[in-house]
Amino acid sequence: MKTFRIGGVHPAENKLSAAEPIKVAELPKVAVFPMGQHIGAPAKPVVAKGDKVKVGTMIAEAGGFVSAPIYSSVSGTVLKVDTVVDASGYAKPAVYITVEGDEWEESIDRSTELVTLNDRPELTSKDIIEKIKNAGVVGMGGACFPTHVKLSPPPGSKPEWVIINAVECEPYLTADHRLMLEHADEILVGVTLLMKAVNVNKGYIGIENNKPDAIKLMTERAKQFSQFDIEVVPLKVKYPQGGEKQLIDAVVGRQVPAPPALPVSVGAILQNVGTAYAVYEAVMKNKPLFERIVTVTGKSLAHPSNFLVRMGTPMSQLIDACGGLPEDTGKVIGGGPMMGKALMNTEVPICKGSSGVLIMNDKEARRAEAQPCIRCAKCVGACPMGLEPYLLSKLSAYADWERAEAEDITSCIECGSCSFTCPSHRPLLDQIRLGKATVMGIIRSRNVK
Amino acid sequence: MNVILIAVIVLGAIGLIAALVLYFTSKKFAVKEDPRIGQVNEVLPGANCGGCGFPGCGGMASACVKAADAGSLEGLNCPVGGQPVMEKVAAILGMKVEASAPKLAVVRCNGTCENRPRTVIYDGVKSCRIANTTCMGETACAYGCLGCGDCVNACQFGAIKMNETTGLPEVDTTKCTACGACAKACPRNIIEIRTMKGAKKMGVVVECMNKDKGAVAMKACKAACIACQKCVKVCTFDAIHVENNVAYIDPEKCRNCRKCEQECPKKVIHAINMPALKPKPAPEAAATAAKPAAAPVKPTSPEAPKAPAAPKTEA
Repeated sequence: MKTFRIGGVHPAENKLSAAEPIKVAELPKVAVFPMGQHIGAPAKPVVAKGDKVKVGTMIAEAGGFVSAPIYSSVSGTVLKVDTVVDASGYAKPAVYITVEGDEWEESIDRSTELVTLNDRPELTSKDIIEKIKNAGVVGMGGACFPTHVKLSPPPGSKPEWVIINAVECEPYLTADHRLMLEHADEILVGVTLLMKAVNVNKGYIGIENNKPDAIKLMTERAKQFSQFDIEVVPLKVKYPQGGEKQLIDAVVGRQVPAPPALPVSVGAILQNVGTAYAVYEAVMKNKPLFERIVTVTGKSLAHPSNFLVRMGTPMSQLIDACGGLPEDTGKVIGGGPMMGKALMNTEVPICKGSSGVLIMNDKEARRAEAQPCIRCAKCVGACPMGLEPYLLSKLSAYADWERAEAEDITSCIECGSCSFTCPSHRPLLDQIRLGKATVMGIIRSRNVK
Repeated sequence: MNVILIAVIVLGAIGLIAALVLYFTSKKFAVKEDPRIGQVNEVLPGANCGGCGFPGCGGMASACVKAADAGSLEGLNCPVGGQPVMEKVAAILGMKVEASAPKLAVVRCNGTCENRPRTVIYDGVKSCRIANTTCMGETACAYGCLGCGDCVNACQFGAIKMNETTGLPEVDTTKCTACGACAKACPRNIIEIRTMKGAKKMGVVVECMNKDKGAVAMKACKAACIACQKCVKVCTFDAIHVENNVAYIDPEKCRNCRKCEQECPKKVIHAINMPALKPKPAPEAAATAAKPAAAPVKPTSPEAPKAPAAPKTEA
């Protein structure tokens, strides 16, 4: 079975909510929409206090090319345009909407009937990208890179395949898994749309073999779309297989060069399985991106669940719906345990990139005290990018940015395999992340000159 | 016997030839350095802290000699040695130095554990730079001290210590040389290298950097500047300005009259190296009370006598 070549670790899977069907979460009382929900320029609010909005009304326009508009997920009145502490841990500009009823924009097709490309043969590549752009679709895996930018590769590069990331290698999270089981057809139509958008004939769907039901279902359903060559690729379980570069290596066996090279330079366009679903809804149902599947999980939580959540819903509401915050809570994490971020409070709203809410108990959450490095080089073996984490973290601690750049610190994908594997519990990734950000800043200022 | 003699002669000859080669190369390829650089380097403190802006004391010495040849030592200052060292340097170079104002590192945050309740626990790496990239810190203030002690580690003179009860760094004003290492280490720019007055290095500082609006700031910290403008109104020297919801006292214009310190409802403004103020007197007595407060300015500033006059006109 296929997997990526270098490094990787095997954290305990803990997919507690894998058998839980997707439940529709209740509407919040007040929905909060941070303006920076994606990579790139923050969106600019186009509503003011007192404005009436419906579900699907644009509340913020894109702030540049690498940016995405934000749509209201609720109907009601704009309460205020203020700030909110988001997953980054800092207060960011946000629009607050008081929820009144549930009235949708008429342009949205709310039927569940499947619409395929055969029903809409007139759609061109340009139309599809334009619709994706207008619907505010971004990468749903967590990085939130605007999808229309990914579908507009730089001139000179030629996409050969669309690779769908259905790996979900983060422990605990089951949102993508449930989405595949319950909306396989929609996802596959989404894949065909993505393939048409970038004009390629081959599509891959990479799924780890800890989801045999999803592999079986997707393979079966893919047969309906025989005019498109879509292949489901079962992959050996290994973290971080869901990393863009790791998945390309695992599926087609090509390695992406160091930044600034993009995956498209080796011919691959990667999209998350959630993105494929959002693309289907945006293009075929005219529905902008305003809801997503979120896994709420944790060992101490009474009922770990998967929810279909309107964006802007506070995480506390989802936790309450799962039986409330357990007594022994140590940390609440936005995302998975490997790459997620500990939250400042549970009022953080669900955004486009919120794939999960993980509640760690006190014992799990505590970090062990760092011991001296024993030079075992386990981190070097675990690094999926072939870097030397022990060295990079030292260089970062000593602020030797020049050497850190020479040692390719910018190639780090911040997967956390090094910190996970370190027997001395050294905070390797913490240091490297700081070094990477600093070196990227230095490179950027150099390029400006 | 013969063997020993030959050995001595051979070795002696090699030694002689090597000595001659070394002698001529040392003359031929000698690097000519201004002897004054060495002399200046000798009087510099040798802390190599980089506070002067040059790479170590050697760099400062050559910069001084270069500046002296250009005609002026202006702008060159050793923060560690201060005035006495610069006078020695000037004497070697046959120049004069202008008296430079004393400076101190000032921590502009008053968010003690009591004033600023902890809302979360940060258990990451004990480094302010890393904590700053992760979240707001342990409190709800995104501008205040993170308390991990990067400044303490940066100080080469043992002048900054973490106060365990307040959770804030404290500057020992007698040890601080204003080299600026702590200010560079602070990711939130809380530490300012500030011009002070007089031999005692006195000054008045707004100990807050919170740029949030008053209500938000107040929720995060009891001792946050809420930009109420009271200090601006009470200042007769136009030294205080509120920008981005936080007041700043211009050290060049401030005369240390301490009226703002009395006026501040949040007790954000603090005097450094000055005796504690007596409790605020009744409003009618305020004008007279301002007089003794302004007194310490006298010996340092020639314009100081004007200072006590100002409150009179107001009264």
